[in-house]
Amino acid sequence: MGDDILSYNGGVALAMKGKECVAIACDKRYGVQNRTIATNFTKIFQYSDHCFVAFCGLATDVQTVSERLKFRTNLYELREQRKLKPVVLYNMLTNLLYERRFGPYFVFALVVGLDPKTGETYVYDSDNIGAVSDNVNLATVGTASEYIFGLGELFFKPNMNSDELFEATSQALLNGVDRDSASGWGAVVYVIEKDKVTVRELKGRQD
Amino acid sequence: MSERYGFSLTTFSPSGKLVQIEYALNAVNAGSPAVGIKASNGVVLATEKKSKSLLHDDRTIHKVESVCKNMGLVYSGMGPDYRLLVQKARKLAQEYMLVYEENVPPTQLVKRIADVMQEYTQSGGVRPFGVSLLICGYDYDEDRPFLYQCDPSGSYFPWKATAIGRNFVNGKTFLEKRYSDQLALEDAVHTAILTLKESFEGQMTEDNIEIGICDKEGFRRLTPAEVKDYLAQIG
Repeated sequence: MGDDILSYNGGVALAMKGKECVAIACDKRYGVQNRTIATNFTKIFQYSDHCFVAFCGLATDVQTVSERLKFRTNLYELREQRKLKPVVLYNMLTNLLYERRFGPYFVFALVVGLDPKTGETYVYDSDNIGAVSDNVNLATVGTASEYIFGLGELFFKPNMNSDELFEATSQALLNGVDRDSASGWGAVVYVIEKDKVTVRELKGRQD
Repeated sequence: MSERYGFSLTTFSPSGKLVQIEYALNAVNAGSPAVGIKASNGVVLATEKKSKSLLHDDRTIHKVESVCKNMGLVYSGMGPDYRLLVQKARKLAQEYMLVYEENVPPTQLVKRIADVMQEYTQSGGVRPFGVSLLICGYDYDEDRPFLYQCDPSGSYFPWKATAIGRNFVNGKTFLEKRYSDQLALEDAVHTAILTLKESFEGQMTEDNIEIGICDKEGFRRLTPAEVKDYLAQIG
Protein backbone atom coordinates (compact mmCIF):
# COMPACT_ATOMS: atom_id res chain seq x y z
CA MET A 1 0.00 0.00 0.00
CA GLY A 2 3.00 2.28 -0.20
CA ASP A 3 4.59 4.11 2.62
CA ASP A 4 1.70 6.25 3.76
CA ILE A 5 -1.77 4.76 3.51
CA LEU A 6 -3.50 8.07 3.90
CA SER A 7 -1.80 9.58 0.85
CA TYR A 8 -2.08 6.50 -1.41
CA ASN A 9 -5.15 7.84 -3.19
CA GLY A 10 -4.84 11.55 -2.39
CA GLY A 11 -7.66 14.02 -2.05
CA VAL A 12 -8.68 16.91 0.12
CA ALA A 13 -11.75 18.53 1.66
CA LEU A 14 -12.48 21.81 3.40
CA ALA A 15 -15.37 23.17 5.48
CA MET A 16 -16.03 26.73 6.53
CA LYS A 17 -18.69 28.61 8.49
CA GLY A 18 -20.57 31.71 7.54
CA LYS A 19 -23.56 33.55 8.97
CA GLU A 20 -26.43 31.04 8.94
CA CYS A 21 -24.64 29.16 6.18
CA VAL A 22 -21.86 26.58 5.89
CA ALA A 23 -19.75 25.49 2.96
CA ILE A 24 -18.05 22.18 2.30
CA ALA A 25 -15.77 21.54 -0.68
CA CYS A 26 -13.57 18.76 -2.01
CA ASP A 27 -11.37 17.98 -4.98
CA LYS A 28 -12.27 15.36 -7.60
CA ARG A 29 -9.06 13.42 -8.12
CA TYR A 30 -8.91 9.66 -7.78
CA GLY A 31 -5.34 8.48 -8.11
CA VAL A 32 -3.12 5.54 -7.29
CA GLN A 33 0.09 7.04 -5.99
CA ASN A 34 1.40 9.18 -8.83
CA ARG A 35 -1.09 7.98 -11.47
CA THR A 36 -4.39 9.81 -11.87
CA ILE A 37 -7.12 7.30 -12.68
CA ALA A 38 -10.30 9.44 -12.59
CA THR A 39 -11.33 13.05 -12.19
CA ASN A 40 -14.90 12.57 -11.00
CA PHE A 41 -14.32 11.13 -7.51
CA THR A 42 -16.10 13.51 -5.15
CA LYS A 43 -15.70 12.90 -1.45
CA ILE A 44 -18.80 14.66 -0.10
CA PHE A 45 -21.97 12.76 0.89
CA GLN A 46 -25.36 13.99 2.00
CA TYR A 47 -27.11 12.43 4.99
CA SER A 48 -30.01 14.78 5.59
CA ASP A 49 -31.45 17.97 4.11
CA HIS A 50 -28.79 20.07 5.81
CA CYS A 51 -26.16 17.55 6.88
CA PHE A 52 -23.09 16.69 4.80
CA VAL A 53 -19.96 14.68 5.44
CA ALA A 54 -16.65 14.65 3.57
CA PHE A 55 -14.26 11.70 3.83
CA CYS A 56 -10.58 11.87 2.80
CA GLY A 57 -8.02 9.11 2.82
CA LEU A 58 -7.93 5.62 1.39
CA ALA A 59 -10.52 5.54 -1.39
CA THR A 60 -11.92 2.13 -0.50
CA ASP A 61 -12.57 3.32 3.02
CA VAL A 62 -14.09 6.59 1.74
CA GLN A 63 -16.63 4.45 -0.08
CA THR A 64 -17.15 1.88 2.66
CA VAL A 65 -17.45 4.29 5.57
CA SER A 66 -19.81 6.59 3.65
CA GLU A 67 -22.00 3.60 2.78
CA ARG A 68 -21.93 2.06 6.27
CA LEU A 69 -22.83 5.43 7.75
CA LYS A 70 -25.71 5.67 5.27
CA PHE A 71 -26.88 2.24 6.48
CA ARG A 72 -27.03 3.48 10.03
CA THR A 73 -28.62 6.83 9.22
CA ASN A 74 -31.30 5.18 7.07
CA LEU A 75 -32.28 2.92 9.95
CA TYR A 76 -32.21 5.86 12.36
CA GLU A 77 -34.65 7.80 10.18
CA LEU A 78 -36.96 4.81 9.88
CA ARG A 79 -36.92 4.01 13.61
CA GLU A 80 -37.16 7.53 14.92
CA GLN A 81 -39.33 8.95 12.13
CA ARG A 82 -37.27 12.11 12.08
CA LYS A 83 -34.37 13.60 10.19
CA LEU A 84 -30.82 13.64 11.50
CA LYS A 85 -29.37 16.58 13.32
CA PRO A 86 -25.72 17.50 12.64
CA VAL A 87 -24.55 16.74 16.20
CA VAL A 88 -26.22 13.33 16.14
CA LEU A 89 -24.73 12.49 12.74
CA TYR A 90 -21.29 13.50 13.97
CA ASN A 91 -21.57 11.30 17.02
CA MET A 92 -22.83 8.35 15.01
CA LEU A 93 -19.82 8.71 12.73
CA THR A 94 -17.25 8.93 15.49
CA ASN A 95 -18.89 5.95 17.19
CA LEU A 96 -18.65 3.99 13.93
CA LEU A 97 -14.98 4.86 13.57
CA TYR A 98 -14.10 4.00 17.17
CA GLU A 99 -15.70 0.57 16.78
CA ARG A 100 -12.64 -0.17 14.64
CA ARG A 101 -10.20 1.37 17.11
CA PHE A 102 -7.62 -1.44 16.77
CA GLY A 103 -7.97 -2.05 13.04
CA PRO A 104 -9.12 1.36 11.87
CA TYR A 105 -10.57 2.76 8.70
CA PHE A 106 -8.12 5.08 6.92
CA VAL A 107 -10.35 8.09 6.49
CA PHE A 108 -10.48 11.45 8.18
CA ALA A 109 -13.88 13.12 8.15
CA LEU A 110 -15.54 16.50 8.15
CA VAL A 111 -19.16 16.89 9.24
CA VAL A 112 -21.08 20.06 8.43
CA GLY A 113 -24.66 20.99 9.09
CA LEU A 114 -27.19 23.71 9.64
CA ASP A 115 -30.32 23.94 11.78
CA PRO A 116 -32.93 25.25 9.31
CA LYS A 117 -35.06 26.75 12.09
CA THR A 118 -32.44 28.62 14.10
CA GLY A 119 -29.71 29.04 11.48
CA GLU A 120 -27.17 27.56 13.88
CA THR A 121 -24.09 26.28 12.04
CA TYR A 122 -22.02 23.19 12.73
CA VAL A 123 -18.56 22.27 11.44
CA TYR A 124 -16.74 19.35 13.03
CA ASP A 125 -13.80 17.21 12.10
CA SER A 126 -12.70 13.76 13.13
CA ASP A 127 -9.58 11.67 12.83
CA ASN A 128 -9.77 8.08 11.68
CA ILE A 129 -10.47 6.67 15.12
CA GLY A 130 -13.27 9.03 16.03
CA ALA A 131 -11.58 11.79 18.01
CA VAL A 132 -14.15 14.55 18.36
CA SER A 133 -13.50 18.23 17.81
CA ASP A 134 -15.33 21.34 18.92
CA ASN A 135 -17.73 23.15 16.63
CA VAL A 136 -15.11 25.10 14.65
CA ASN A 137 -15.06 27.86 12.06
CA LEU A 138 -12.75 26.10 9.67
CA ALA A 139 -11.64 22.51 9.17
CA THR A 140 -9.70 20.62 6.52
CA VAL A 141 -8.75 17.00 5.88
CA GLY A 142 -6.64 15.27 3.27
CA THR A 143 -3.19 15.32 1.70
CA ALA A 144 -3.23 19.11 1.10
CA SER A 145 -4.94 19.93 4.38
CA GLU A 146 -2.09 22.02 5.76
CA TYR A 147 -1.91 24.19 2.63
CA ILE A 148 -5.63 24.74 2.63
CA PHE A 149 -5.69 25.48 6.35
CA GLY A 150 -3.25 28.33 5.83
CA LEU A 151 -5.27 29.82 2.99
CA GLY A 152 -8.53 29.18 4.79
CA GLU A 153 -7.37 31.10 7.85
CA LEU A 154 -6.37 33.94 5.57
CA PHE A 155 -9.66 34.17 3.69
CA PHE A 156 -11.95 33.45 6.62
CA LYS A 157 -13.93 36.32 8.15
CA PRO A 158 -16.60 35.81 10.79
CA ASN A 159 -20.26 36.12 9.71
CA MET A 160 -19.74 35.94 5.96
CA ASN A 161 -22.83 35.76 3.76
CA SER A 162 -23.23 32.83 1.38
CA ASP A 163 -21.52 34.51 -1.59
CA GLU A 164 -18.50 35.62 0.41
CA LEU A 165 -18.35 32.17 1.98
CA PHE A 166 -18.39 30.52 -1.42
CA GLU A 167 -15.54 32.73 -2.63
CA ALA A 168 -13.42 32.18 0.46
CA THR A 169 -13.94 28.40 0.38
CA SER A 170 -13.29 28.09 -3.35
CA GLN A 171 -10.14 30.21 -3.36
CA ALA A 172 -8.69 28.42 -0.36
CA LEU A 173 -9.32 25.00 -1.91
CA LEU A 174 -8.23 25.75 -5.48
CA ASN A 175 -5.00 27.46 -4.56
CA GLY A 176 -4.18 24.93 -1.87
CA VAL A 177 -4.51 21.88 -4.14
CA ASP A 178 -2.13 23.44 -6.63
CA ARG A 179 0.67 22.84 -4.15
CA ASP A 180 -0.21 19.14 -3.80
CA SER A 181 0.38 16.63 -6.55
CA ALA A 182 -2.10 14.15 -5.10
CA SER A 183 -5.08 16.53 -5.09
CA GLY A 184 -6.85 18.65 -7.63
CA TRP A 185 -8.32 17.96 -11.09
CA GLY A 186 -11.40 20.07 -10.33
CA ALA A 187 -13.49 20.77 -7.26
CA VAL A 188 -17.06 20.70 -5.96
CA VAL A 189 -18.39 23.25 -3.47
CA TYR A 190 -21.65 22.89 -1.51
CA VAL A 191 -23.07 26.01 0.16
CA ILE A 192 -25.78 25.12 2.65
CA GLU A 193 -28.28 27.77 3.72
CA LYS A 194 -31.53 27.64 5.67
CA ASP A 195 -33.72 27.37 2.61
CA LYS A 196 -31.45 25.89 -0.04
CA VAL A 197 -28.26 24.02 -0.88
CA THR A 198 -26.22 25.26 -3.84
CA VAL A 199 -23.70 22.99 -5.56
CA ARG A 200 -21.07 24.46 -7.82
CA GLU A 201 -18.35 22.70 -9.82
CA LEU A 202 -15.04 24.49 -10.12
CA LYS A 203 -12.50 24.05 -12.88
CA GLY A 204 -8.99 24.69 -11.68
CA ARG A 205 -5.63 23.60 -13.03
CA GLN A 206 -6.16 20.20 -14.60
CA ASP A 207 -2.98 18.70 -13.33
CA MET B 1 -24.29 -24.00 35.90
CA SER B 2 -27.82 -24.79 34.79
CA GLU B 3 -28.30 -25.51 31.12
CA ARG B 4 -30.64 -23.25 29.24
CA TYR B 5 -33.72 -24.72 27.65
CA GLY B 6 -33.59 -24.32 23.90
CA PHE B 7 -37.37 -24.05 23.72
CA SER B 8 -39.65 -21.27 24.95
CA LEU B 9 -41.94 -21.94 27.91
CA THR B 10 -44.48 -19.50 26.52
CA THR B 11 -46.37 -21.63 24.02
CA PHE B 12 -49.65 -21.18 22.19
CA SER B 13 -52.90 -22.68 23.43
CA PRO B 14 -55.31 -24.12 20.86
CA SER B 15 -57.35 -20.92 20.95
CA GLY B 16 -54.31 -18.90 19.90
CA LYS B 17 -53.55 -17.37 23.27
CA LEU B 18 -50.22 -17.28 25.03
CA VAL B 19 -51.41 -18.43 28.41
CA GLN B 20 -48.23 -17.45 30.25
CA ILE B 21 -48.81 -13.86 29.21
CA GLU B 22 -52.42 -14.02 30.40
CA TYR B 23 -51.17 -15.27 33.76
CA ALA B 24 -48.55 -12.53 33.85
CA LEU B 25 -51.34 -10.00 33.34
CA ASN B 26 -53.15 -11.61 36.28
CA ALA B 27 -50.07 -10.95 38.38
CA VAL B 28 -50.14 -7.34 37.22
CA ASN B 29 -53.80 -6.92 38.01
CA ALA B 30 -53.25 -8.23 41.51
CA GLY B 31 -50.51 -5.69 42.14
CA SER B 32 -50.91 -2.35 43.85
CA PRO B 33 -52.51 0.37 41.75
CA ALA B 34 -50.53 2.84 39.67
CA VAL B 35 -51.80 5.84 37.74
CA GLY B 36 -50.36 7.94 34.94
CA ILE B 37 -51.79 11.21 33.61
CA LYS B 38 -50.45 13.30 30.77
CA ALA B 39 -51.03 17.03 31.20
CA SER B 40 -50.47 19.74 28.63
CA ASN B 41 -47.02 20.55 30.04
CA GLY B 42 -45.93 17.31 31.71
CA VAL B 43 -46.79 13.85 33.01
CA VAL B 44 -47.51 12.58 36.51
CA LEU B 45 -47.01 9.02 37.75
CA ALA B 46 -48.44 7.92 41.06
CA THR B 47 -48.64 4.65 42.96
CA GLU B 48 -49.72 3.16 46.21
CA LYS B 49 -46.80 2.04 48.36
CA LYS B 50 -48.32 0.23 51.30
CA SER B 51 -46.00 -1.49 53.75
CA LYS B 52 -46.96 -4.97 54.89
CA SER B 53 -46.04 -4.18 58.47
CA LEU B 54 -45.61 -1.20 60.78
CA LEU B 55 -42.04 -2.38 61.30
CA HIS B 56 -41.15 -1.64 57.68
CA ASP B 57 -38.81 1.31 57.17
CA ASP B 58 -39.79 2.12 53.65
CA ARG B 59 -38.24 5.50 52.94
CA THR B 60 -35.36 4.10 50.91
CA ILE B 61 -37.19 1.68 48.64
CA HIS B 62 -38.87 3.43 45.75
CA LYS B 63 -41.45 2.40 43.19
CA VAL B 64 -41.28 5.52 41.07
CA GLU B 65 -37.82 5.50 39.47
CA SER B 66 -36.04 7.74 37.01
CA VAL B 67 -34.46 6.19 33.95
CA CYS B 68 -32.59 9.17 32.60
CA LYS B 69 -32.87 12.92 32.84
CA ASN B 70 -36.13 13.14 30.95
CA MET B 71 -37.87 9.84 31.72
CA GLY B 72 -39.39 7.95 34.64
CA LEU B 73 -41.11 4.64 35.38
CA VAL B 74 -43.66 3.15 37.72
CA TYR B 75 -45.18 -0.34 37.75
CA SER B 76 -47.85 -2.73 38.90
CA GLY B 77 -46.99 -6.33 39.61
CA MET B 78 -43.85 -8.07 40.80
CA GLY B 79 -41.27 -5.80 42.39
CA PRO B 80 -38.14 -7.83 41.59
CA ASP B 81 -39.08 -8.07 37.89
CA TYR B 82 -39.53 -4.31 37.91
CA ARG B 83 -36.08 -3.77 39.41
CA LEU B 84 -34.51 -5.68 36.54
CA LEU B 85 -36.42 -3.69 33.95
CA VAL B 86 -35.37 -0.41 35.56
CA GLN B 87 -31.72 -1.49 35.31
CA LYS B 88 -32.16 -2.54 31.69
CA ALA B 89 -34.00 0.66 30.80
CA ARG B 90 -31.27 2.78 32.36
CA LYS B 91 -28.59 0.94 30.44
CA LEU B 92 -30.54 1.26 27.17
CA ALA B 93 -30.91 5.00 27.71
CA GLN B 94 -27.17 5.38 28.27
CA GLU B 95 -26.31 3.25 25.26
CA TYR B 96 -28.44 5.58 23.16
CA MET B 97 -26.70 8.61 24.64
CA LEU B 98 -23.27 7.10 23.93
CA VAL B 99 -23.98 6.65 20.24
CA TYR B 100 -26.10 9.72 19.49
CA GLU B 101 -25.05 12.23 22.17
CA GLU B 102 -28.70 13.06 22.58
CA ASN B 103 -31.30 12.28 25.24
CA VAL B 104 -33.31 9.28 24.18
CA PRO B 105 -36.78 10.26 22.91
CA PRO B 106 -39.50 8.57 24.99
CA THR B 107 -40.92 6.71 21.98
CA GLN B 108 -37.54 5.15 21.27
CA LEU B 109 -36.86 3.99 24.82
CA VAL B 110 -40.35 2.53 25.11
CA LYS B 111 -39.76 0.49 21.95
CA ARG B 112 -36.51 -0.84 23.32
CA ILE B 113 -37.99 -1.75 26.70
CA ALA B 114 -40.96 -3.40 25.04
CA ASP B 115 -38.57 -5.43 22.88
CA VAL B 116 -36.84 -6.67 26.02
CA MET B 117 -40.18 -7.74 27.49
CA GLN B 118 -41.13 -9.47 24.24
CA GLU B 119 -37.82 -11.32 24.23
CA TYR B 120 -38.78 -13.04 27.45
CA THR B 121 -41.93 -14.42 25.79
CA GLN B 122 -40.00 -16.06 23.01
CA SER B 123 -36.67 -17.15 24.49
CA GLY B 124 -35.61 -20.50 25.91
CA GLY B 125 -36.28 -21.32 29.53
CA VAL B 126 -37.51 -17.92 30.72
CA ARG B 127 -40.90 -16.61 31.81
CA PRO B 128 -42.50 -13.29 30.93
CA PHE B 129 -42.07 -10.33 33.27
CA GLY B 130 -44.86 -10.05 35.86
CA VAL B 131 -45.14 -6.27 35.55
CA SER B 132 -46.83 -3.63 33.48
CA LEU B 133 -44.87 -0.42 33.27
CA LEU B 134 -46.06 3.15 33.02
CA ILE B 135 -43.34 5.12 31.29
CA CYS B 136 -43.35 8.90 31.15
CA GLY B 137 -41.01 11.21 29.35
CA TYR B 138 -40.49 14.56 27.71
CA ASP B 139 -39.56 14.66 24.03
CA TYR B 140 -37.35 17.70 23.41
CA ASP B 141 -37.60 17.50 19.65
CA GLU B 142 -41.39 17.50 19.54
CA ASP B 143 -41.49 19.63 22.70
CA ARG B 144 -44.24 17.63 24.38
CA PRO B 145 -44.74 15.04 27.13
CA PHE B 146 -45.50 11.35 26.55
CA LEU B 147 -47.09 8.59 28.62
CA TYR B 148 -46.81 4.93 27.63
CA GLN B 149 -47.87 1.62 29.12
CA CYS B 150 -45.73 -1.48 28.51
CA ASP B 151 -47.25 -4.92 29.06
CA PRO B 152 -45.68 -8.34 29.78
CA SER B 153 -46.39 -9.34 26.19
CA GLY B 154 -44.22 -6.52 24.88
CA SER B 155 -47.14 -4.44 23.59
CA TYR B 156 -46.99 -0.77 24.33
CA PHE B 157 -49.74 1.82 24.28
CA PRO B 158 -49.58 5.59 24.35
CA TRP B 159 -52.06 7.03 26.83
CA LYS B 160 -53.51 10.37 27.81
CA ALA B 161 -54.32 8.89 31.19
CA THR B 162 -54.48 5.36 32.52
CA ALA B 163 -54.57 3.17 35.59
CA ILE B 164 -53.02 -0.29 36.08
CA GLY B 165 -53.02 -2.82 38.89
CA ARG B 166 -55.83 -3.52 41.33
CA ASN B 167 -59.18 -1.89 40.46
CA PHE B 168 -57.77 -0.48 37.25
CA VAL B 169 -61.18 -0.60 35.58
CA ASN B 170 -62.63 1.75 38.20
CA GLY B 171 -59.52 3.88 37.95
CA LYS B 172 -59.86 4.25 34.19
CA THR B 173 -63.57 5.03 34.43
CA PHE B 174 -62.77 7.73 36.98
CA LEU B 175 -60.08 9.16 34.70
CA GLU B 176 -62.33 9.12 31.65
CA LYS B 177 -64.68 11.45 33.48
CA ARG B 178 -61.98 13.69 34.91
CA TYR B 179 -59.52 13.96 32.03
CA SER B 180 -59.28 17.00 29.77
CA ASP B 181 -56.66 18.05 27.24
CA GLN B 182 -56.28 21.41 28.99
CA LEU B 183 -55.17 19.84 32.24
CA ALA B 184 -52.02 21.44 33.67
CA LEU B 185 -49.46 19.43 35.61
CA GLU B 186 -50.63 20.71 39.01
CA ASP B 187 -54.22 19.64 38.32
CA ALA B 188 -52.99 16.32 36.96
CA VAL B 189 -51.24 15.57 40.26
CA HIS B 190 -54.49 16.24 42.14
CA THR B 191 -56.43 14.04 39.75
CA ALA B 192 -53.86 11.27 40.10
CA ILE B 193 -54.14 11.33 43.88
CA LEU B 194 -57.94 11.29 43.70
CA THR B 195 -57.81 8.34 41.31
CA LEU B 196 -55.60 6.41 43.72
CA LYS B 197 -57.94 7.32 46.56
CA GLU B 198 -60.81 5.52 44.82
CA SER B 199 -59.17 2.14 45.51
CA PHE B 200 -57.25 3.10 48.63
CA GLU B 201 -58.04 1.33 51.90
CA GLY B 202 -57.30 3.44 54.93
CA GLN B 203 -55.74 6.85 55.34
CA MET B 204 -53.52 8.20 52.52
CA THR B 205 -50.30 9.76 53.81
CA GLU B 206 -47.04 10.94 52.26
CA ASP B 207 -45.45 7.64 53.31
CA ASN B 208 -47.84 5.25 51.58
CA ILE B 209 -48.01 6.83 48.12
CA GLU B 210 -45.29 7.85 45.69
CA ILE B 211 -45.56 10.52 43.00
CA GLY B 212 -43.23 11.38 40.16
CA ILE B 213 -43.55 14.22 37.68
CA CYS B 214 -41.93 14.81 34.31
CA ASP B 215 -41.88 18.15 32.55
CA LYS B 216 -39.53 20.12 30.34
CA GLU B 217 -36.99 20.38 33.17
CA GLY B 218 -36.84 16.61 33.48
CA PHE B 219 -38.17 13.82 35.64
CA ARG B 220 -38.19 13.84 39.43
CA ARG B 221 -39.83 12.00 42.30
CA LEU B 222 -41.69 14.28 44.73
CA THR B 223 -40.34 14.42 48.27
CA PRO B 224 -42.63 13.23 51.08
CA ALA B 225 -42.98 16.88 52.13
CA GLU B 226 -44.25 17.86 48.67
CA VAL B 227 -46.64 14.91 48.63
CA LYS B 228 -47.93 15.99 52.03
CA ASP B 229 -48.69 19.45 50.60
CA TYR B 230 -50.70 17.98 47.74
CA LEU B 231 -52.59 15.72 50.12
CA ALA B 232 -53.40 18.68 52.34
CA GLN B 233 -54.82 20.56 49.33
CA ILE B 234 -57.15 17.68 48.64
CA GLY B 235 -58.25 17.60 52.26
